[in-house]
Amino acid sequence: MSQSDWAYLSNDLIYVALALYALSFLSYTYETAFSLRANKISGDKHLDRSITTKSRKVASIVFFLATASLTLAVIARGISAERIPLGNMYEYSITGAMTFALAYLIIGLKYDLSWLGLPSSILILLILGTAITLLYRPSAPLVPALQSSWLVIHVSSAILSGGIFLLSNTVAGAYLWLDRIERKGERSEFAKRLPSLESLDQLSYRLVAFVFPLWTFAVISGAIWAEAAWGRYWGWDPKETWAFITWILYASYLHARVTAGWKGRKAAWLCLIAGSSYLFNYVYINVWGSGRHTYSGL
Amino acid sequence: MSAPELGTTSLLRYLWRQLTSMRTALILLLLLGIASIPGSIFPQRTQSPLKVREYFDDDPNGAKWLDRFYLFDVYGSPWFSAIYLLLFVSLVGCVLPRSFHYFKEIFKAPPEAPSLLNTMEGFQVSPASLERAEAWLKKNRFRISKTGKSIAAEKGYLRETGNLLFHLSLIVVLLGIAGSSVFGMRGEAIVNVGERFINTPTNYDNLTPGRLFSLESLPTFTIRVNNFSAIYDRQTTQALDYELKVTTKDSLDSSEVNQIVKVNKPLTFGSTRVYLQANGYSPLVTVRDSAGLVKFEGPVPFLPQDSNLSSIGAIKVPDMDPQIGFVSSFFPTAARDEVRGGFSSFPELLDPRLLLSVWKGDLKMDDGVPQSIYRIDTTDMERIGLWALSIGESYSFEVGSITFNGVVPWVNLQVVRDPGKQYALIGSILAIVGLLISLFIRQRRIWVREVGGNLEIAGLALNKLPGLEDEIGKMIQELGDQK
Repeated sequence: MSQSDWAYLSNDLIYVALALYALSFLSYTYETAFSLRANKISGDKHLDRSITTKSRKVASIVFFLATASLTLAVIARGISAERIPLGNMYEYSITGAMTFALAYLIIGLKYDLSWLGLPSSILILLILGTAITLLYRPSAPLVPALQSSWLVIHVSSAILSGGIFLLSNTVAGAYLWLDRIERKGERSEFAKRLPSLESLDQLSYRLVAFVFPLWTFAVISGAIWAEAAWGRYWGWDPKETWAFITWILYASYLHARVTAGWKGRKAAWLCLIAGSSYLFNYVYINVWGSGRHTYSGL
Repeated sequence: MSAPELGTTSLLRYLWRQLTSMRTALILLLLLGIASIPGSIFPQRTQSPLKVREYFDDDPNGAKWLDRFYLFDVYGSPWFSAIYLLLFVSLVGCVLPRSFHYFKEIFKAPPEAPSLLNTMEGFQVSPASLERAEAWLKKNRFRISKTGKSIAAEKGYLRETGNLLFHLSLIVVLLGIAGSSVFGMRGEAIVNVGERFINTPTNYDNLTPGRLFSLESLPTFTIRVNNFSAIYDRQTTQALDYELKVTTKDSLDSSEVNQIVKVNKPLTFGSTRVYLQANGYSPLVTVRDSAGLVKFEGPVPFLPQDSNLSSIGAIKVPDMDPQIGFVSSFFPTAARDEVRGGFSSFPELLDPRLLLSVWKGDLKMDDGVPQSIYRIDTTDMERIGLWALSIGESYSFEVGSITFNGVVPWVNLQVVRDPGKQYALIGSILAIVGLLISLFIRQRRIWVREVGGNLEIAGLALNKLPGLEDEIGKMIQELGDQK
């Protein structure tokens, strides 16, 4: 197969993944809608879960297949460009979506995350949709500044951190939503299936605590690379500045939890703010920002 | 009775305690994050001085006010420095006393069990004996202390060590950064292919030594630029590879070495490194007066304006009477359209063209005011001609002629001495190690007390990491299995 064949294959696989994620999203919606309706009709407090469990199972399987297709698409893209597919914003987006989906699946082996399927599939659809329509660039070699083995180390640790930050943000978001419901009164029959507030709180903290050293490493490996490529390890480039801000916000979050004993609502908000600074860095600085990290290819 | 007087010492002690409290450190940390935002919004002098100048041109009054608050020099501003210095002091004041405290704590026995165990975490009751519980705790490498009918056990002492290691390493990083700015230097020089760069202060286009860096200590290396090749993608015009071939000498009397420099492969001379930072073109021109005498000859570096290396430049001939200046543009691959006029459509030298507008009058080079080498102040000058040249062509104007002989590439060499960077790196690595230890080691206590033939067991997770209840559950199960 020629390089352009691999590139086309990668694009096709992205479309397949998009279709499958959409299908998975619809099944999750069906599951949610059905249990809500059943709740209204039956009147009593018990749900017939046999139908919703089945559609959830379908949704999970389709989600898994979609992620497999996405992973193959990322690999094919890498083969077509003969390098790690992290050279521009399109590649960063599809690899980021893959990381998020894989983190969701792998962490789902230990904790039950299937209740997060609906928001996760929406997020992935949004990322992939934006990538293929707005950010797409043909497969091409790297610019000289990116020709370094640090690309693999720095960018993949940054992207892995990003995927898990996004997951912890989703959990914190779910916490805040359920917290609002609980403050108004009892949880609805649908929300009762979701994990307790306490376990959501714990989960988002554990995700951050797990990934914070990796994010620190991403920033430091970036500094080592910048020293080799640009002659300084830290120059307050907009992207560096926002990576620093993200680091500080997550450091404050961990501090606030461990030493100041923050929990629950306050901690969830801080987690969301910290995660948003990562997203801001990714979207705003890449597309509209200036500075030396201008590799989006846009 | 009068209220106790608040003396200066107690006031200072109060302020010190406030500054070094965890709360203040946290607030300062958040403030540092917020304070670094404006630097990503407004152009910064250290990174893009040209954009700052544009800002001043577009809105002089607004820019003046922004400048008063150091918004174009955020990371060197007094308020930014104030925040990180306070954070630094707060960190030292917070971490050092804690290290002493925990250092003593490490050799202490775990504290005695609280009177009511059932209010602690993971409280359970087991029919096992105290001796067996002790054996279990010992086997699982808890440190234990026994008093009468109760045992206190603790494990995971390393956690606090990791925490301290992390914070102390941050101090090392900050000292490394400070060391670089005081004892280091950085400078830039534009060198045409074929020329030689000797590392002396006068050969730099700009040079920023640290406060305690003496210019005499510049290492005496030389770099001869032999060849520079840039390869571009034909379709996208994107750069694929830059390669610079040089011959270097560590000092004036040492032997010559041939080396290759790339964007990610700088040259190293001891603690000084030389980076390939930018490249462009220098048209080779000869200017003659009306008698045919050569008044200027050589390559003139032009400043690239876009990725296709459309460049602007100035050829200044102060030796002619009247003085002559050429405000010029250079296009490596000349193209034309209605919107942009002349421009370059490819960064390689496929169809090089030099555009000149000739000015006569006063170049103002004797005022002592530093001038841009790429621009000419034409306020007191008069334009006497306008022409475009291809290689080999000449143009005659009122008082002389100019010949466009050819083009050589130039490279921008960035010379950096950064003696603190190793410390910053070591500090960063230690910080990650400390972080991993403090985030993943669970420090916890388990208390066991014999009450009426049964054992009451409970514990405390000191850094709130989950897992203690499972551990106590496992302990009770294993104590039961041993029966």
